[in-house]
Amino acid sequence: MSGLVVKELNVSHGAVEAIRGLSFTVAPGSLTAIIGANGAGKTTLLRALSGLKKAQSGSAFWNELSLLGAKPEGLVRAGVVHVADGKSVIPEFTVEENLDLGGLWRSDKKDVVLAKTEILQLFPALATRLKQHAATLSGGERQMVAIGRALMSRPKLLLLDEPSLGLAPKVIASIFDSLNELRKEFGLTIVLVEQNAVSALRVADNGVVINLGELVTAGPASQILSDPALRAAYLGV
Amino acid sequence: MIRLLSTLLIGVSSGAIYSLMALALVLVWRSTRVVNFAQAGQAILSTYIGYEVLTHVNNFWIALLVATIAGACVGALVDVLLIRRLARVSGASANVRPVIATLGLLGLISSGVGLIWGNDLKRIATPVGTHGYTFGHTTIPFSPFNLLIVATAALVMAIFALIFQRTNLGLALRASAFAPETARLAGVRVDRTRTIGWAFAGAAGAVAGLMITPQSALAPNSMDLLLVLGFVAAVIGGLDSLIGAGIGGLILGIGLALILEYVSTSLAFPAAFIVLIIVLLIRPQGLLGKLRGRDA
Repeated sequence: MSGLVVKELNVSHGAVEAIRGLSFTVAPGSLTAIIGANGAGKTTLLRALSGLKKAQSGSAFWNELSLLGAKPEGLVRAGVVHVADGKSVIPEFTVEENLDLGGLWRSDKKDVVLAKTEILQLFPALATRLKQHAATLSGGERQMVAIGRALMSRPKLLLLDEPSLGLAPKVIASIFDSLNELRKEFGLTIVLVEQNAVSALRVADNGVVINLGELVTAGPASQILSDPALRAAYLGV
Repeated sequence: MIRLLSTLLIGVSSGAIYSLMALALVLVWRSTRVVNFAQAGQAILSTYIGYEVLTHVNNFWIALLVATIAGACVGALVDVLLIRRLARVSGASANVRPVIATLGLLGLISSGVGLIWGNDLKRIATPVGTHGYTFGHTTIPFSPFNLLIVATAALVMAIFALIFQRTNLGLALRASAFAPETARLAGVRVDRTRTIGWAFAGAAGAVAGLMITPQSALAPNSMDLLLVLGFVAAVIGGLDSLIGAGIGGLILGIGLALILEYVSTSLAFPAAFIVLIIVLLIRPQGLLGKLRGRDA
């Protein structure tokens, strides 16, 4: 089985079960949106998949690699990179330092330079701001930096937490467009956690709807978007 | 005029040592959020090692080099064997335990050093003269050795500034200090990077220890005052800032020298603590620190 396979995953915060018996799969090269209301357990799920949070039981595999119990810095080396929400940009660092941080662990310094060039082509807005402190950036630009930093490590699986948080609709659209571009150009597999369900599903191939830590449904994004019951209950439209 | 100038110079010289100690404390504080009382013990141990080297080879520079390397190793060991383990313990007093442990370690090192080298005062000879420079008919207290202290501290500061601002290691060190989770998600091995921070702190403390000893003497607890003054300097500078540590040390050194020269010798140290308390009360973030928490 290739791709991301999550089976019977349970994750707790103390006595609270944030993720309960969750199973889903993500095909390699696809863009999957994980949606659900605030508190549905979306962020906890990503934190468990990237090694930041311990899971109680279940399994999660990226191809042959078991994600549970691994350290985040180890998973990065295996191509699994988690982009936490926009606050994960270090405001005291310049744009360039934030980007460079993502390539520090790599020994192939030539490719690190190449990756940076590609990232600046993907996000031209950053190219003129390399020496600027990240604190001076807009929300959208910060998100570009956060995604750019992840790309510096040449990931295979990108776990994105709420890239649309606090952004204007137009900016959200352009970020989502670049995600699509990334997927096509680099063959990335992207798992996108979003509260902004409709925008996310429009760009995604597949959707996974979760509620209170449990799976509601999983399937093609277009199908979820056109299901009136799901729209009313989980998409807020 | 000469009196004032020479007082300022003496202040810069002792301030340079406080700066180094403050630098050591800041390096640990910002990477691990631990107030490291053991820094005094680490400096004692490395200085005794320097003393031991001196008794065999009688070369100050080799002793300084060995002591600095030893200080770095001891710093790294303290982190790996003690602090890293304590950091894994969670619970109500999780933040306090490492600090208490460093206090325990300070006591342990001081008494251990006493057992090995005895409790009598040891002297370390200076590599250059301690007789003050003479201008015309006036001899000032500032000596070639004071100049050496200032130059050494400036060199150490410059090396750290270069590492932190210009190298990949520096970027990893800063990221691990300010945003450990983000650093881990970017692939930085934060635990190892922190240990390097502790090693740097140990090295800075070792230089401070060996440079302050020739003017006084070495005993198992002779760094206690240096530790306290290092803390005062670090607090003045804002605890989180390496530049702040440098400036804080200089302010403290010059301030103490002025009080010693113009007010009273018995007032200098109380004044240091009054400054500490006033800074904590009216500007807790220090001169260069930010009030906002940096350990997000």
